[in-house]
Amino acid sequence: MRYAMAVDTKKCVGCSDCVVACQTENNVPIGYCRDWVVELTNGTYPQLEIEIRSERCNHCSNAPCVRCCPTGASHYADGGIVLVTENKCIGCGACINSCPYDARYSHPGGHVDKCTFCIHRIKKGLDPACVATCPTKCMYFGDLDDPNSPVSTVLKNRKFTTLIPEAGTDPKLYFLM
Amino acid sequence: MREEIIVSGRANPFIDPQLNIWHWQIPLYLFLGGLAAGILFFAGMYTIMGKEKVYPTSVKKAPLIVPFLLVLGLIALFLDLKHKPYFWRLYTTIRIESPMSWGAWVLMLVTPLSFIWAAINVREIFPKWDWKFDFIKKLEAFFIRYKVTLAWIMVISSVILGVYTGILFSAFNARPLWNTSILGPLFLASGMSAGAAMIMLLSKDHAERTLFSKIDIGIIAVEMFLIVHMFMGFLASTQVQIDAAALFLGGPYTASFWIFVVILGMIVPVVLEVLELYKFKVPVLIPALLVLFGSLMMRFLIAFAGQESRWLY
Amino acid sequence: MASRRDFIRISGLGIGGLAISASGYGIYKNFAGTPIDPSELKVDITRTPTYCEICFWKCAGWVYKNEEGKIWKVIGNNEDQHSNGRFCPRGTGGPGMYYDEDRLKTPLIRTGERGSQTFREASWDEAFDYIADKMKAIASEYGPECFALLTHGSGGDYFGTLIRAFGSSSIAAPSYAQCRGPREVAFQTTYGEGVGSPERIDIRDTRCMVLIGSHLGENMHNGQVQEMSDAIDKGAAIITVDPRYSIAASKSKFWLPIKPATDIALLLAWIHVLIYEESYDTAYVEKYTFGFEQLKAHVRTMTPEWAYGITTIRPELIRESAREMANASPAVIIHPGRHVTWYGDDTQRLRAVAILNALLGSWGRRGGYYVPEKLGVPSWPHPPFPTPSRSWKDAFPDQYNLAYETLASGICDATVPTLSKACNFKGWIVNGTNLPKTIPDRRKLIEAIQNLELMVVIDTMPMEVTGWADVVLPECTYLERYDSIRVSPHRKPSVALRMPATEPLYNSKPAYWMAKELSKRLGLEEYFTWNSFEEMLDWQFRQIGTSLEEMKKIGVKTYDRSYDDLYFHPGQDVQFFTNTGKIELYSTDLANEGFDPIPVYTPHEEPPEGFYRLNYGRAPMHTFSRTANNPNLTDMMAENAVWINPKVAKIWGIQNGQYIYLENQDGIRSTFPVKARVTERIRWDSVFMVHGFGHDNKKLSRAYGKGASDSELISRVHLDPIMGGTGMRGNFVTFKFEPAKNEVES
Repeated sequence: MRYAMAVDTKKCVGCSDCVVACQTENNVPIGYCRDWVVELTNGTYPQLEIEIRSERCNHCSNAPCVRCCPTGASHYADGGIVLVTENKCIGCGACINSCPYDARYSHPGGHVDKCTFCIHRIKKGLDPACVATCPTKCMYFGDLDDPNSPVSTVLKNRKFTTLIPEAGTDPKLYFLM
Repeated sequence: MREEIIVSGRANPFIDPQLNIWHWQIPLYLFLGGLAAGILFFAGMYTIMGKEKVYPTSVKKAPLIVPFLLVLGLIALFLDLKHKPYFWRLYTTIRIESPMSWGAWVLMLVTPLSFIWAAINVREIFPKWDWKFDFIKKLEAFFIRYKVTLAWIMVISSVILGVYTGILFSAFNARPLWNTSILGPLFLASGMSAGAAMIMLLSKDHAERTLFSKIDIGIIAVEMFLIVHMFMGFLASTQVQIDAAALFLGGPYTASFWIFVVILGMIVPVVLEVLELYKFKVPVLIPALLVLFGSLMMRFLIAFAGQESRWLY
Repeated sequence: MASRRDFIRISGLGIGGLAISASGYGIYKNFAGTPIDPSELKVDITRTPTYCEICFWKCAGWVYKNEEGKIWKVIGNNEDQHSNGRFCPRGTGGPGMYYDEDRLKTPLIRTGERGSQTFREASWDEAFDYIADKMKAIASEYGPECFALLTHGSGGDYFGTLIRAFGSSSIAAPSYAQCRGPREVAFQTTYGEGVGSPERIDIRDTRCMVLIGSHLGENMHNGQVQEMSDAIDKGAAIITVDPRYSIAASKSKFWLPIKPATDIALLLAWIHVLIYEESYDTAYVEKYTFGFEQLKAHVRTMTPEWAYGITTIRPELIRESAREMANASPAVIIHPGRHVTWYGDDTQRLRAVAILNALLGSWGRRGGYYVPEKLGVPSWPHPPFPTPSRSWKDAFPDQYNLAYETLASGICDATVPTLSKACNFKGWIVNGTNLPKTIPDRRKLIEAIQNLELMVVIDTMPMEVTGWADVVLPECTYLERYDSIRVSPHRKPSVALRMPATEPLYNSKPAYWMAKELSKRLGLEEYFTWNSFEEMLDWQFRQIGTSLEEMKKIGVKTYDRSYDDLYFHPGQDVQFFTNTGKIELYSTDLANEGFDPIPVYTPHEEPPEGFYRLNYGRAPMHTFSRTANNPNLTDMMAENAVWINPKVAKIWGIQNGQYIYLENQDGIRSTFPVKARVTERIRWDSVFMVHGFGHDNKKLSRAYGKGASDSELISRVHLDPIMGGTGMRGNFVTFKFEPAKNEVES
């Protein structure tokens, strides 16, 4: 089982609902976030194009954060989800530095916090909160090993990219182009 | 025009707008670790070479401060931790791939070693020192007997410690400025150079000072070579590493790096040391302090600039 | 696989760690209190139905509470046609409205000068007595007609009943004259029916949608954004007309970067192309429309080449986009927009939109405009309302006869004594609308307010308007109260229930309770004879075959349509509610009133040198100015920025991210500095900013001083002579680097 997410940059309007939904679902403190939306504009008026990406932890298969964690707090859970065990985390910040996506942050409680792919929800067969709320339905979630999962299906039919593949992290957050 | 913005207004403290998770604690810790490694290396090396009597500052006196350096360093590391009550978790596991874990364990080895080394030498520096308890005296005798073995362990572990201070950074692929294997040897050299400078400071013996002056000149030459090599490597690499190098080549850290680290921390001390070798009167304090300062600044600048170098946005 | 065991271990140990981390970090803590264990979070604990009040879309959803019984999250109701189970960011951020610690907490009575923000706390009884005494005095001295209600949102129902029982019919929502009014009048004069809300457009099945200045996506009208996304998925072509490269423009097949204020020329050129290339829906036009020949003659010279000189849009782009529409016909939508009060000829512009739709045969067709159905829900019985002898309209004899709703700006005008003696308003109830950020020309608004003998403001937040009130009544948020049943027109008729998820915080109360309490003091209790709101809701629900008990479980009930008439059947005879019974391409109503029966392009004033047209719009995370202090939404967007083209920025030496001041043509400078966003996404002749920022009430701790207020810079209003809409896009700004003199900075 390999959980993954695909975000359609052509449908996303950058409304940030995914971020608010994550904050409320996961009680992320105000002033912090586990996901965020990037808007990239290229060109000169009036020849322009915009790419919008809802970003979060890439749940890399080769995660530098898991590698560099001195206590094993950062680890792979079921389906390759990268998680932090709060009471193993010493808050050294190595994983924050190790992440090329800046996907981790120092929680005011001291530990390091990040996207969990809403593991509590997917265990119950629900989509992550961001996917479930997205008004444009631009996010697809599922198991890459299941050829019929929404994410596998959409990756079969669309061109996609990942962020900084050259960092060798083997990210599992795909962006449909 | 290319405009890339985070429209959801991400503002995670220490991450936005600019990664800044490591402040003064980590570079200080790395400096102290490197300095300690340098001192222990020379102490071990000259013990193995049997020159304890010839270079007493290097073998006996300077190592007395190492336990303090390491404890200070560990305190700095502890202050950096944001989940402090769980500090002990470092020692419940060994993570081969984690430089942080390596560091914790190497320090676990080097710190007691430095205490032992200081303990077996303390009476030579402070002749009136009395251990009071017999079992300590027995232990002392035991370690003195195996001094050379200890010295070997010390040399090896201090090299690991010195290299580690660089690898802690260079293992981060995510920070292009750090992601160069030159950082290990460079920080090792910088630590050695700082160690030599510290010995020069503490030594009252002209021959010893001259020796370490020469050693220092040699190490600084290596450092300069490594620095040039590092930038050549960056500039011949990918765009992110070119951007990373630009932080020091025209970017915001240019002046501080070249003035504090290279000119004041390397070139000026070398010139002064050379002058001294040619019998000019130069107070030893100046080049030694400059080397220490340069070594400290290098840690700080590379720590801060490294967090500014990134792949995205 | 150690991960499974690890995983269980976190589940167990996580709680302890979280509990530790939660304590002592109060300021960072999410407002809902104790964090919930991430892997053992309950997904299906108690939930109560609601419909959202953060914007007018009124999506139905569920309020979830955590184990401590505190409000945790709000998510959409899958049965709801407005949200389809997916809330927008503002709705998702609803808990922030509840947890906002700056909320109004208790009734306030003014003690100092009006506008000086000096109040004393009062009990509800005191506040109600004060209001009732003043209302009675106004009624006896000037007549009850001199009392008006300005409202936006649910509370309007109850205060509306109260005001009408009191003897006044002057009930206005700024959403008419300041927003969608011209559109409603244009469609009424063309089709005999307005567009309504939610708009009756079939985006889901459209093959081509044309957005004119409408920026769906940034403009987070939930159902429309969802359907636009579905349509894009199905390969629909989007055509966007906007001087700004909006998000919608970036999703478009054609983007027409039009010169601002020239839209009518483009619309007429499109009409020209459709007619003279004979690509319009001939059968539809022949069967259903009136005045085609006049229209054809009218647009004969209005070629794309003619429009090019006006709009700066290349003729071939105008032709290609017109052909795209014709190819998709009738599954095509020329979007009617929503906030359309721009230049003063807005009814005419929307008439051109309505005509274009008619030529393409989209009205009443799949993928065009569907025929909505709304359920009839009986009101709780009450005696008939008294007939007022005067109304706001008497202040405007022979004007605005086609305006079917009350003009909020009209009430404002009629409150200033100089205009007319016919009916000067002496008292206002202002419910849930922040007038200083809503009604343009603040100077006139303040003058009107200063002439009032009583101004009551009902709100949940200390918005600027509360500073001008005599009495401020703190309403509890929509998460803490019942409200009227949501009955809205849609593809299928439906009803939705809002019920309290929790007790109101502080000393805040629901609006229905306030209205009922006031009615007792005004001797109008016969209009509010229900004992409890539940009793009334249950009675109403039983009239439509359900009950409060059932609705509490399902939240939304959708009914089948009475007839299979979502779209016109082929060849169906349709009687339109116009004078001619047909779709009036040539409007007899407008002709009778002395206006152009077919839209005409008239040039508008252009910005003088060094000035740029002030365009404003929306961001998806905020609703007007009302969410600007919501902690969750402020977290997404705390301030607005002024968008400046890089060429313009270079001339002025403005750096991206630099804080600057804006000054308009009347010398009004923004109170607060605003961040410059130097971006290629905006034309060089205009600037853009998101509406609703630059709050100057210090009681809004997060919103105060953040960004600039577009409203304060809109001092020039271009009135629509047809229906009194307040055109707001004829204001020009220039850049300043210092605050205005005599302005006390924070």
